[in-house]
Amino acid sequence: MTIRPEERLATAVARLILDPSAPPVRHAAVGNASAIPAAACLLVKAMGNPLRISLLTRPRGNPFTEGGRELFDLTGQGRVDLFFLGGGQIDGQANINLLGTGEWPGTAARFPGSFGSAFMYMMTGRTILFREEHSPRVLVEKVDMISAPGVSPPGVFRRGMAQALVTGRCVFRFDAARARFALESVHPGETVQSIRAQTGFDFDVADAVPETPDPTEQELALLRGPVCDGMLETYPEFCARVFNRRLAA
Amino acid sequence: MFLANADALAATVPDGALIAVPPDYSLPPCALGHALVRRGAKGLRVLGVPITGYVADLLVGAGCVAEVESSAVTLGEAGFAPCFTAAVRAGRIRMRDATCPAIHTALQAAEKGVPFMPLRGVIGSDILAHRPDWKVVQNPFADTEDQILLVPAIRPDIAAFHAAMADEEGNVWVGRRREVATIAHAALRSIVTVERMVPGNMLEDERLAPGCISATYIDAVAVAARGSWPSGLLDERSADIAHYAEYARLAKTEAGFREYLDRYVLAPRAEAAE
Repeated sequence: MTIRPEERLATAVARLILDPSAPPVRHAAVGNASAIPAAACLLVKAMGNPLRISLLTRPRGNPFTEGGRELFDLTGQGRVDLFFLGGGQIDGQANINLLGTGEWPGTAARFPGSFGSAFMYMMTGRTILFREEHSPRVLVEKVDMISAPGVSPPGVFRRGMAQALVTGRCVFRFDAARARFALESVHPGETVQSIRAQTGFDFDVADAVPETPDPTEQELALLRGPVCDGMLETYPEFCARVFNRRLAA
Repeated sequence: MFLANADALAATVPDGALIAVPPDYSLPPCALGHALVRRGAKGLRVLGVPITGYVADLLVGAGCVAEVESSAVTLGEAGFAPCFTAAVRAGRIRMRDATCPAIHTALQAAEKGVPFMPLRGVIGSDILAHRPDWKVVQNPFADTEDQILLVPAIRPDIAAFHAAMADEEGNVWVGRRREVATIAHAALRSIVTVERMVPGNMLEDERLAPGCISATYIDAVAVAARGSWPSGLLDERSADIAHYAEYARLAKTEAGFREYLDRYVLAPRAEAAE
């Protein structure tokens, strides 16, 4: 059975969510353009782990009844344990840039804007950074503008930081104390050298870097069954492309 | 006050007004946006609560906007907002970048009638360095160092949104999209297009009342069926994905944007005048 790259990424993210060395996740919130993180959360739940999942853009049955601010109020209290963020640029200190490049506020390229990242990154228990494009233009030594900082100085309240950065080529772990990434695993077809060539920041490498494992038969069956069922309404195009499933009219 | 249509609502919006709008997934005032383009509004300051998309992009492209304050401007799955992106890069509009909870918090301060409210996070973001109106202070209740952000209240001149229905008393119903209620509470005036009118008073119905915004906050209502199109309407209607894609494609060039306006925005006025 052919494993799609999206299925491998969702499984890699699910394993990070379940990592026993990281703070436990009771409640994960998933934003708009985050179909693979949503699949990962639903996979964790389908494997029998208790997990509350708030899909922020769910068109029906949205979990928030107090308006858009409720997510941020919950997160401010520490009731959201896991969030996902991406970036037009992500740098070696885990700073993210959703604003643009060139001079402020984006004279070279302008991205949509920071959304809630400047708050969510600092107030969530942990964040998994996710960006499929892994290239020197995205993974840079230093972001042109900081939407949300990777680390914060003492005297600034911060609940959590990046746990990892998952891309279309590899998984990096983030060491918050050193503000530095380490290569955790490479996806099939990649090597330490190919990752170095496609990454604008320096990172640590152990003597032997494993390949990102394949999803198990059980994980694949769950992804293509109940996980897809749970995503169809919120991520219809993703489900059509990856699982070849469409909502009944 | 009940008005005839979206154009009559747009006539009450003065040039230069600070106009607050909800995101594309939450009852955006698209018919009103079209009417503002037809009116030739100038110098508007658009506040995305907490983000915006089609409405702001259309108004920017039509030359109606001097300033945008928002946490993002995006067409979602259809991609970047083309007119907004081009205008920022060319310096044609002022962009005041924010982050979602800062906008919610600033409006909540206005709801309460207090001058500012504190917010966690944000310190270390470059957004803060470009917001001289935001201040970082020591938490006056803490014994140890604890820096915290204060954002000033935002009192929009106008809240503009679409709602599923209005009743005879002028109450409007927005379901669980309560950020729209926050905008209405905070603004000096609220103008609302509605899908339909219903008889009676929705506040007398225990099931409808929690999704209502009381007429206390509403200044003018006009019926505009499909007034949030091409966005969706709660659980009644999905977003018109094909139209978003068409807009995103046409608005990439000046000629394409003019073609879009002629076909979808300016033509309806000619029809109405016949």
